[in-house]
Amino acid sequence: MASPIVLITGALSGIGRATAIAYARQGARLVISGRRVAEGEALAAELNALGAETLFIQADVRHEDEVETLFAKALARFGRLDIAVNNAGTEGHAASLTEITPEAYQAVFDTNVLGTLLGIKHALRAMQKQNAGSIVNISSTMGSRGAASMALYTASKHAVEGLTKSAAIEAAAYGVRVNAVAPGPTETAMLERLTGGGERKAAFAAGLPMKRLGTAEEVADAIQFIASEKARFITGEIIHVNGGKTAS
Amino acid sequence: MSSLAGKTALVTGASRGIGRATSLALAKKGAQVLVHYSSAAAEAEAVVNAIRASGGRAEALGIDLSVPDAPHKLAARVREIVGARLDILVANAGVAKAATIEDTSTEDFDRLFAVNARAPYFLVQQLLPILDDGSSVILLSSLVAHAAVDGLSAYAMTKGAIDTMVKQFAAALGPRGIRVNAVAPGVVETDMSSFAKTEAGRDFTLGMQALQRVAQPDDIAGVIAFLASDEARWITGDTIHVDGGSKL
Repeated sequence: MASPIVLITGALSGIGRATAIAYARQGARLVISGRRVAEGEALAAELNALGAETLFIQADVRHEDEVETLFAKALARFGRLDIAVNNAGTEGHAASLTEITPEAYQAVFDTNVLGTLLGIKHALRAMQKQNAGSIVNISSTMGSRGAASMALYTASKHAVEGLTKSAAIEAAAYGVRVNAVAPGPTETAMLERLTGGGERKAAFAAGLPMKRLGTAEEVADAIQFIASEKARFITGEIIHVNGGKTAS
Repeated sequence: MSSLAGKTALVTGASRGIGRATSLALAKKGAQVLVHYSSAAAEAEAVVNAIRASGGRAEALGIDLSVPDAPHKLAARVREIVGARLDILVANAGVAKAATIEDTSTEDFDRLFAVNARAPYFLVQQLLPILDDGSSVILLSSLVAHAAVDGLSAYAMTKGAIDTMVKQFAAALGPRGIRVNAVAPGVVETDMSSFAKTEAGRDFTLGMQALQRVAQPDDIAGVIAFLASDEARWITGDTIHVDGGSKL
């Protein structure tokens, strides 16, 4: 497809931002979304300057009315939606299970699971009319592994993988593929927050077979692949992009 | 996707089916392709000629991989041709035999393991001196490694062995920058699988799938080409299911 219409949530930093830039370089047309207006407008300006027609729409994926408006405005502008990347996510805060609160659960699940679910719902409504489309969700190595003090993030990413598989089965009826990319420890602000940087971050790298962290660009490459025609026979799949972390 | 110009590739079982489609796909991206065959010399030469006709470089290498030292001999010939470096290894050669548990002979069991599991293991081992940072090894697994299909117990076990090999080899070779992954097709319309050409076979295949069509070799080759490329440089230890969303 020469110039696909791509919608990305959580597009203002990390993997979302790298994905937006990668698509812009390939001449896609973009709808980018996030909560911070100044940053969103700035990124849209940057991508438009690269020659990729880009619209920024502020939205918080936890609120359905905002998600609905996001997709409605995207369709009003571009007329169709080819690729939706449900990237908005939060790592929450480290907490031991004996101290966990329903509020902490809500915070993580509302963004990571409900946000993804609402993105799937409204993308499918648009794509159903086209009988075509590709949805990419973002999981994590924590979508299949566990870690102490990270139960909520872990559970939310396991949930994203389950949503992906069920959505794939349901959406196949109208020509839409649904997959997920599960990144390992990637050089982003989220990883800085999670590790506190420095030695702890370096220890993550040392623990991987490839002995280095990933870059947001490398994850963006995988997102682009799974969303593309090259992956036309892949649906319901989780692509692990993690320097070998889940191999060992 | 980035070019493979200047890269060298060995594809085993390349006279037909997925191996043939993969050889053509890699050559189209600029790689020099060594086209291995077991006995179908004329078909392998046809693949070589097709590549050369498009301006590419290719050579046919024939050896029966069921023989214990065949991988050693094949590796030696590859080293003679490509010299110091092999960039891409697609260990695709495989045999299949349908039989109930009661009807499976030890000879058939051993032959399946010899070609499908032992040969890839020793081929990678013997090529290690010329694999290096950036090299990509792609093995062929199968849907049936994780979901039972009637009459394929021994064949399925060989593919389960491949899934394990991917993880073990990725973990061991990651520090050297050598990536090891697999693609796991379901039923593909090739000469090896006349199953897909029967009505019962088609119904069965579609019945377990989300996407509802029988795969063609190009559907699989495109994913192999991605794993061979720079865009997959942080992906290792992963088996990608390319099966139309089967048995999710």
